[in-house]
Amino acid sequence: MKLELGFIKIEDVVLGSESKIVDGVLTVDCEAVKKLVLENDKIKDVQIDVAKPGESTRITPVKDVIQPRVKVEGPGGIFPGVIAPVDTVGSGKTYALEGMAVVTAGKIVGFQEGIIDMSGEGAKYCPFSKLINLVLVIEPIEGLKQHDYEEAVRIAGLKVACYIGELARTLTPYRTKAYETPTLTEGLKLYPDLPRVAYVKMLQSQGLLHDTYVYGVDAKKTLSTFIYPTELFDGAILSGNCVSACDKNPTIVHENDPVSTELFEQHGKTINFVGVIITNENVYLADKKRSSDWSAKMAEYFGVDAVVITEEGFGNPDTDLMMNCTKIEAKGIKTVLVTDEYCGQDGKSQSLADSNPAADACVTAGNANQVVVLPAMDKVIGTLDYVNKIAGGNENSLRPDGSIEAEIQVITGATSEVGYGLLSAR
Amino acid sequence: MKYFLISNNPLARDTLSAEHELVFVDGSFLDVLYEARDRCHIGHMLLSHPLSGSVKPNETLYKTVMISKKTGPTDLDSVLLLEKAIETAKKFGRVRRNWQQRELDDFQVVDLTLIQSAIESCNESYET
Repeated sequence: MKLELGFIKIEDVVLGSESKIVDGVLTVDCEAVKKLVLENDKIKDVQIDVAKPGESTRITPVKDVIQPRVKVEGPGGIFPGVIAPVDTVGSGKTYALEGMAVVTAGKIVGFQEGIIDMSGEGAKYCPFSKLINLVLVIEPIEGLKQHDYEEAVRIAGLKVACYIGELARTLTPYRTKAYETPTLTEGLKLYPDLPRVAYVKMLQSQGLLHDTYVYGVDAKKTLSTFIYPTELFDGAILSGNCVSACDKNPTIVHENDPVSTELFEQHGKTINFVGVIITNENVYLADKKRSSDWSAKMAEYFGVDAVVITEEGFGNPDTDLMMNCTKIEAKGIKTVLVTDEYCGQDGKSQSLADSNPAADACVTAGNANQVVVLPAMDKVIGTLDYVNKIAGGNENSLRPDGSIEAEIQVITGATSEVGYGLLSAR
Repeated sequence: MKYFLISNNPLARDTLSAEHELVFVDGSFLDVLYEARDRCHIGHMLLSHPLSGSVKPNETLYKTVMISKKTGPTDLDSVLLLEKAIETAKKFGRVRRNWQQRELDDFQVVDLTLIQSAIESCNESYET
């Protein structure tokens, strides 16, 4: 399967009365976006704003970050099974808007949404501080249940991202990159001497407000399965959760899947990248056993020499991470785990809630308990009402001068467990 | 029903008690884990993950876990998983917050939906 990704550089985003992209400037018709969002009668109102890198702006509480994309050639459309009809994506040609994102914000469960700071100390930890963010602050109708609110915000963000992406359909990308995954047999012939590597991608799937969708299917209802990495680049997997800000995978992270991108870089050079095995992180222990049995079985069947395994979240998923690791290692396949750590503010405690001697190669994305002070910002998009409540904050987090002392787990994407974050030893 | 629930979540009690056997613990998150661990020592099996949910054990006050009704020899995996969870919960300590009723309600809803996810999986399974 082969996909050509074309990148449309966005240098500025302005709010106006007509939606268009001209010379790298995206103009957004606020009324049109508002109309699109308010199509859902569960949404009472939406405020639209723009936050740019370097500004003294804080966005909170952040729900999702989405990169606008448009499918210009090949079957299917972006976010198949949710926005576009169900069809196998991942081949043909897709354009991505580079340098900007759609950010959805709103208080769904106040203690779970995060912060994006566009400048200052927080910006150093937040990958989304480097983007021009078109922010939708979405207000629900009175009495709407949390999971209905989550769904309304999720779909609104995806619809707006697709609306913006569509504006790029007739443009010419400033750069393109082709990604191709050969079939198993072709791959063996092409690179007979290179180690065969698969990526085991664990998807958050613990229940309402903890869900991920694959072609529109709730991941907790799926068996571990194979997916071409380029399917991810077309939005086959998207975020539907309100889990901890620092290590959740917002939709943009799935669209740009960093592990697949890096493995593609090495494909044909140092490794033969076979593809992605997706698996879930359910609450019911028998589900965990079945899913990890299945991912190990697939790794064995694909005849891989090694896998990279990533998780989303802490606690419950650590058990899935260890089950995947030990079962795959037991088949004689090497594993490397990517995770973040909750090892206390002094960094001295056990990092994960589960462990196993087989997990002897692990890449850390940072300590979510690390304490930072975020300076006050001139402008707040959303509300600071929940800063003292967010996971990683405490009752004294928000200081009288507007600064915030909290653990970096309050910052969206700070310790991305798939390596989308800014913390690095490189 | 092949399982029962151990919970300190009033919403889980009020929502699930009519159709499920639920042992209500009038205590903390850790007290629920201790109760589950002690039951596993006498031969019950742990069926749901004790650290389900993204909300950290030092933040949410509520926990509901699912345990098998059937007993057998002590299942060491169950005991070990609970001991690790207890160790993790203790490590996190407790963050001082002035939770409003609204947040407490949210925590209860999240815990309830997580255990409902386990109940759904368990009810679909014929394993005993």
